[in-house]
Amino acid sequence: MPTVGFLFSKKEWLYLAILAALLLIVLPASVDIFRLNLIGKYLTYAFVALGLVLLWGNGGILSLGQGIFFGLGGYCMAMFLKLEASTPEATKIQSTPGIPDFMDWNQVTALPFWWQPFHSFTFTLLAIILVPSVFAFIIGAAMFKRRVGGVYFAIITQAVAAILTILIIGQQGYTGGVNGITDLRTLLGWDIRTDSAKLILYFINAGLLIGVLLLAQAVRMSKFGRLLIAMRDREDRVRFSGYDVSNFKIFIFCLAAAISAIGGAMFTLQVGFMSPSFVGIVPSIEMVIFAAVGGRLSLFGAIYGALLVNAAKTTFSESFPELWLFAMGGLFIAVVMAFPFGLAGVVKDYVEPFVARRLPVLLGRGRAPQPQAAQ
Amino acid sequence: MIGDYSYSEFFSILAMQGFAGLILFSVFVLMALGLAIIFGQMGVINMAHGEFMILGAYVTYLCSVVVTDYVPFLFPVYFFVAMALAFAASFGLGVLVEWALIRHLYRRPLDTLLATWGLSLALQQLYRSVFGAREVGVTLPDWMMGSISLGDAIEIPINGLFVMGLTMIIAAAVYFIMFRSSWGKRVRAVVQNRVMAGAVGINTKQVDRMTFGLGCGIAGIAGSAFTMIGSTGPTAGQLYIVDTFLVVVFGGAGSLIGTIASAFTISQAQSTLEFFLSGSMAKVLTLLTVVGILMLRPQGLFSLNIRR
Repeated sequence: MPTVGFLFSKKEWLYLAILAALLLIVLPASVDIFRLNLIGKYLTYAFVALGLVLLWGNGGILSLGQGIFFGLGGYCMAMFLKLEASTPEATKIQSTPGIPDFMDWNQVTALPFWWQPFHSFTFTLLAIILVPSVFAFIIGAAMFKRRVGGVYFAIITQAVAAILTILIIGQQGYTGGVNGITDLRTLLGWDIRTDSAKLILYFINAGLLIGVLLLAQAVRMSKFGRLLIAMRDREDRVRFSGYDVSNFKIFIFCLAAAISAIGGAMFTLQVGFMSPSFVGIVPSIEMVIFAAVGGRLSLFGAIYGALLVNAAKTTFSESFPELWLFAMGGLFIAVVMAFPFGLAGVVKDYVEPFVARRLPVLLGRGRAPQPQAAQ
Repeated sequence: MIGDYSYSEFFSILAMQGFAGLILFSVFVLMALGLAIIFGQMGVINMAHGEFMILGAYVTYLCSVVVTDYVPFLFPVYFFVAMALAFAASFGLGVLVEWALIRHLYRRPLDTLLATWGLSLALQQLYRSVFGAREVGVTLPDWMMGSISLGDAIEIPINGLFVMGLTMIIAAAVYFIMFRSSWGKRVRAVVQNRVMAGAVGINTKQVDRMTFGLGCGIAGIAGSAFTMIGSTGPTAGQLYIVDTFLVVVFGGAGSLIGTIASAFTISQAQSTLEFFLSGSMAKVLTLLTVVGILMLRPQGLFSLNIRR
């Protein structure tokens, strides 16, 4: 990895500038607020994809349960917003005023104790980061300390995602069941359903995303980032060099979980609800494909991957709903078989040499070799 | 007295739940056997396994429609033909998929997972386009309907018995193929040491292809059996895939006995708990216990010691 300048090489700073200009200027200026809100929703998935680049691309750990953390972050935010929307005045027609409407429908008469702290905004913000991290720590510690990895880890995370979905759907009175937590209105008295609020939330989301991208790059450039790649390629050698491999794995898993959770919380704010359909196996695997399409080694690729796949999904499901699953399935197979490094690989192999021939000033000379993927 | 039930009522409920568990067990075993061959023996993660099962189910459905319309006198025995066709179809598709996809990915197990997931999405949509989004059911011949009564409150459905008998035959056949035939010996040789197996003259590529095909074919039979106790929809396969993987991992990958034992444990635990708790909580509790045990014992219940 080239270590020219601070954090990024010159070329990567250029890519960052392009991305920032696209997200903060071009898109808001060119599409209407409905589409912009939709793009904001796609960008919340990009958080998960960024986490997966760290975890899977750099760490070689494939988690098929990132929806768990996206969902936990989203549910934490949704619980706070729901409590704010369920004041005794707003819910006075219920048999128990002051509790969320779905609880009332399910004959729950008092707010469960674990809902209570979500009256506090500070607590909610902490919970969005901490609940998924602690959950990831428990799973990670149990698995990595016993040297469970690879395929087995993927299957176990998938099972956990399935368990959590069944649990949320089954405990309808406490979680809103299959519909999720809906009808969210205000954040600290600020109506999040208006167009201006959606615009502001979009910018907060895009800003956070770029911040997380910088954080992820800082992790990759640190000594830890190098160890991560070493672990992915030759785990035993890193272990024999005296490093405790499992602790590094647990850390990166927790970090990816926390990043996904931020995405989940922003999802709830922008879309206005949270439901178990973003927690389970299918969304979790879809999130992996965002990272895979963008290029599992590229942070920028993850964001473009999330944007493009989701845009394609929306376009296809609007006009040719029956073709979408074929296209998605074909995309999975094509990315794995023909483009293991995704869009970023295509850019590196074809676009960059082309640009370098025409406009050598832009990219600088002497591209440093990129690290190869695992396996 | 136990709760509101008298002892005899309680025991008949227990027996009925136990029997429901046995049917679930049969389906798990049939699904997991194919997966145990593909995942346990070859180390390939086939996320499309459920779709191979559904292919078998749809083939059976097609057979039932064709037989009812054109050769109704064969109806009482069409099921056996349907099962053979289901095996053939899934086997054929399996061999094709191995040739087109899997053989390029043996060194990248995580990528196999993604590619086969893509395959499963495409197959689901294919089923939806061809057979419609609604679930379809087959008509059972008369001799499979009804139930045998044992005592006052215990009713044993005949189709359930048939599925259980079928499971035993298939499990015995798989055991024979894998551990008593020369072909099975070749498969195990390739699993244990691919290079040496090749060196002694085994065509390892052909063994891979046939093994994958066999696993898929058994999934097809599972799907065929599945139509006898439930209806089939395009996404039915996806509902079972995680359970099935857990069964195989819990039993210890590579051990067929382990797979059967873990299918028995999980299905009995689930159906017994279903009586005491709601269905979803029973499933959550069962799966949580399995995941918990796997965290303590990652190699599963029965593990083979293979020197690699």
